[in-house]
Amino acid sequence: MTNNLSSQPSSSVVQSAPSIGIHNASLRYHNSEQHVLSSLTMHIPAAQWTCILGRSGCGKSSLLRYLANLLSDKVQWSGQLSTSTNVALQGQIAYMAQQDLLMPWLSVLDNVLLSEKFTPNPKPSQRDNAQQLLQQVGLEQQAHYLPQQLSGGMRQRVALARTLMQNKPVVLMDEPFSALDAVTRYRLQNLAHELLKDKTVVLITHDPQEAIRLANQLYIMQGQPASAESLDVPSTLAPRQFDAQCAALQQTILDRLEQDYA
Amino acid sequence: MRNFLAISGLTKSLENKKRDSNKTLPPVLRTLLTFMIIIAIWQTIVVLFELPSFILPEPLAVFERLFTRYEVLLKHSWVTTLEILLGLLLGLSMGLCFALQMLLFKPIKRWLLPILITSQAIPVFAIAPILMIWLGYGISSKIVMAAMIIFFPVTTCCYDGLKNTPSGYLDLAKTMGATKWKMLRHIQLPAALPTLASGIRVAVVIAPIGAVAGEWVGSSEGLGYLMLQANARMLIDEMFAALFILSALSVSLYFITDKLLKKLIPWEI
Repeated sequence: MTNNLSSQPSSSVVQSAPSIGIHNASLRYHNSEQHVLSSLTMHIPAAQWTCILGRSGCGKSSLLRYLANLLSDKVQWSGQLSTSTNVALQGQIAYMAQQDLLMPWLSVLDNVLLSEKFTPNPKPSQRDNAQQLLQQVGLEQQAHYLPQQLSGGMRQRVALARTLMQNKPVVLMDEPFSALDAVTRYRLQNLAHELLKDKTVVLITHDPQEAIRLANQLYIMQGQPASAESLDVPSTLAPRQFDAQCAALQQTILDRLEQDYA
Repeated sequence: MRNFLAISGLTKSLENKKRDSNKTLPPVLRTLLTFMIIIAIWQTIVVLFELPSFILPEPLAVFERLFTRYEVLLKHSWVTTLEILLGLLLGLSMGLCFALQMLLFKPIKRWLLPILITSQAIPVFAIAPILMIWLGYGISSKIVMAAMIIFFPVTTCCYDGLKNTPSGYLDLAKTMGATKWKMLRHIQLPAALPTLASGIRVAVVIAPIGAVAGEWVGSSEGLGYLMLQANARMLIDEMFAALFILSALSVSLYFITDKLLKKLIPWEI
């Protein structure tokens, strides 16, 4: 992996990354009586990493999918959702899932360019941008490969480049590193942290270590229906080296999460 | 329907076997060898049981026919090939349109589904005489026969493929602001291609059945017509020659299609 991270591609107008506020929110699927989230309050700071921890099925994915506007016709939402720029979230977000979701029929380069297919007037210069992004994730040699020829880590790096290509101020990530081996995950966390430093990032994970390494703001989601509670993170700069303070936090988190499994 | 599934299962397992034994013998050589063995068995049976030539001709006599009646056979083969290809074209486009309609206009699906099932429940052979009356004894009635016989497997495969796009792909496209049409064009259609390809493989194998059955019911040219004529005149070797060409035609059609599909859809599993 090359570490040529200095040159960000010059792209169209970059909207400034907003902070997002959620106040006293609750969420219920139309086909269910039970609320998934209730009295959920969260502050997602601008241009920083917010990590949300919780056991699987606690509703953290539902929250993220709601923010990504994927649930609008399936759920009932009440509560406040506001952004600091007073612009609706819709159109401002890029979404990165647990699976890389690379289209098997498109080359690596065309996968990075996928969002261009859905924009009304794509610019020809975007191809160069995509090349540049592939260089940043260290895959410029593989630009014309098909996804099936890549390893899991490489595929997720392409997905990262695709997310960057969208150049949205808010990036929502749903456990994007969870299917990778430890070292690949570690390197990809560093890479993502470097490349997404100007964005408002919301990362969902069930891995306390990952959350502690990357978070500027850390929430833990618990209960049924779930609500969120903020935890203090170490004052060192992310991505953090794992020190005693991190280890202590990890233990606290594990103790907290364990209650859910009782 | 079970019939078609069985065929598609068969072709799948054939392919698997092909892949497994690829390391041992090149496929062309293997096909030739199999062919020679069958000819040898055939010859043995004729000699051993002293079968008269009007029951089972010697392989050599059939080959002789192939050469002496070369021009006639070629002319009729061409007609049948044309019927099969045009039938495939018509059936595939009809199936694709039908599947797209069912996907895009949900209420219409409830109305179209009975038609689709009925199209399969009525045996094509039973309506062949009606088709002759409507469309005449020419090539068009055979094209429609071939199209009708492949319509159902193509439509179901195509619809299944379009309906089962991985939800993650759709979510991703939605967050990228894709409209319904762009989603169909850039995500759903390409994602359906591998499933559609299995439909096309089945279609290629069964389309000749439709064309030849049409020729049997009423025609003035084509391999089916030639076989009927030869049968009436007890020219069994000519029947076999026509049969040989027909099967060679179907097999090569299948392998060409398979090669083409693999080239066009390299990501297919």
